[in-house]
Amino acid sequence: MIEVRELTRYYGHTPVIEGVSFKIARGEIVGLLGLNGAGKTTTMRVLAGVLSPSSGSVTVDGTDVVGAPDDLKRRIGFLPETPPQYEDMTVAAFLAHAGKLKGMSSADVKRRIPEVVAQAHLEGRENQVISTLSHGYRKRVGVAQTVIHNPSLVILDEPISGLDPVQIVEMRRVIRNLGEGRAVLISSHILNEISQTCDRLVVLHGGRKIAEGTEAELTRRLGDTRIVITVRGGQQEFEAWLQANPRVEHCFPRVVPAPFASAIVDLHGDIREQFIPEIAAAGFGVRLVEVPDDELEEIFLGLTRTGATA
Amino acid sequence: MNVLLIARRDLAAYLHGVSGYAIIAAVLFLDGLLFNAFALGRGAQYSHEVLQQFFYFASGTTMTAAVLLTMRSFAEERTQGTQLLLDTAPIADWQIVAGKYLAAMGMLTLLTLLTMYMPALIFVNGKVSVAHVAVGYLGLLALGSATTAIGLFGSSLFRSQVAAAIFSGVVVGALILCWLLSEITDPPFTDVIAYMALYDKHFTAFEKGRLVTSALVYYGSVTFGFLLLSTRVHEGRRWS
Repeated sequence: MIEVRELTRYYGHTPVIEGVSFKIARGEIVGLLGLNGAGKTTTMRVLAGVLSPSSGSVTVDGTDVVGAPDDLKRRIGFLPETPPQYEDMTVAAFLAHAGKLKGMSSADVKRRIPEVVAQAHLEGRENQVISTLSHGYRKRVGVAQTVIHNPSLVILDEPISGLDPVQIVEMRRVIRNLGEGRAVLISSHILNEISQTCDRLVVLHGGRKIAEGTEAELTRRLGDTRIVITVRGGQQEFEAWLQANPRVEHCFPRVVPAPFASAIVDLHGDIREQFIPEIAAAGFGVRLVEVPDDELEEIFLGLTRTGATA
Repeated sequence: MNVLLIARRDLAAYLHGVSGYAIIAAVLFLDGLLFNAFALGRGAQYSHEVLQQFFYFASGTTMTAAVLLTMRSFAEERTQGTQLLLDTAPIADWQIVAGKYLAAMGMLTLLTLLTMYMPALIFVNGKVSVAHVAVGYLGLLALGSATTAIGLFGSSLFRSQVAAAIFSGVVVGALILCWLLSEITDPPFTDVIAYMALYDKHFTAFEKGRLVTSALVYYGSVTFGFLLLSTRVHEGRRWS
């Protein structure tokens, strides 16, 4: 079990993450979502022991990141967006070096390398020099290096960035394998990927956690207040009317062919019965009212723009 | 164990890359050139004077080589992102610094040993004692150790290898020029500043084949002090 409690980290006098708390159970894959600058990478680096927290605690199976950092580092595997690799080494030599850096004996490393090579689908590449590998294979070497010491928590920062569609499918398979018996924390900008890979989501915004739960739970939180409306009328007039309406918290225009107009609308509560007749009364012909179908993207936009609290 | 692991990796990096060989080749070429032009080319001299001049030139090239060899130590790890491998490993910061110091010293020792053909020429064709040669080389390694530690400190401060080399070069240069500064200051600063002089105060004895313990203590202290500073810089990054 990984427990993050009230984690805060300052750069100078500026808080980058503030009071972030969440738990990850063994066997669970959790996605860390957030816009650029939300604090995802800082959170991951604190968890990996690269940065020290300004306050708060991170415990892995009861071991604190500050109290026993070396013990914690043996229990954590961290793969940053650009895998750290010595390009002049072969895959096997690099994995052996990484394992020994993590405190493994030569015998353990020798026994473990074939296992992680299989886990990361690197068979046949063991003796290849890393500088000659493609980006996709380098990512896989990064994954193998991350789990060489069999950590309890695996942290993957943007694991599929820069991969082609075939490599993404492969990497998805690799990540799912990693989740067996381990806690996995993944950050990604590709929401569809998070949706397909993760059991649960933690959403950061401005350095704070603004939501946590399964995709279904987060959808329910927003489902009552966010609707997509398509009307007959001018787009500009419709937007102006929405912005002037006190029942509307936010509206985001959508592109639809004339003579129609459309927008995603956040309401102040579940007041659809009162709001929809007002559209018709304002002279717009209501064509369609629906709940957004691209759920994760809508959740993400909704949570980060409204700054909803968990 | 961890120290040796890091040292082995850094030594392999020196030997797999071009830069290590290029630095060694350039320094050996320069040493040979200076030896021919000045130590041998000044007419009739006693053998011990020729050897003394060799150590004089070699001290300069050793310091230059130490700065050039160490400029990549931390700077390259940071630019290539491999510093994260070390930062996420259960290894103490002093072990990382010690490992890199050992690797750089390994290369510097190799370079120093490769210059031995020049004292060997003097030994065969002239009359110098083995002790003079041995003490001179001990001095070169002690001076090289201090300069390596300064170079590592410079490399721990900057992401750019060039910036690291310039900084380390300036620190080494400042320490060498302390003897000039000591001549224009009043006591008690005169003695303090003169003692800090990296070359003039401490190395000249080694050139002449005299083993001076206080000089070894000085070079040991500079080495320890700058390695400690590098460790502190490394530790500080976790909190900055």
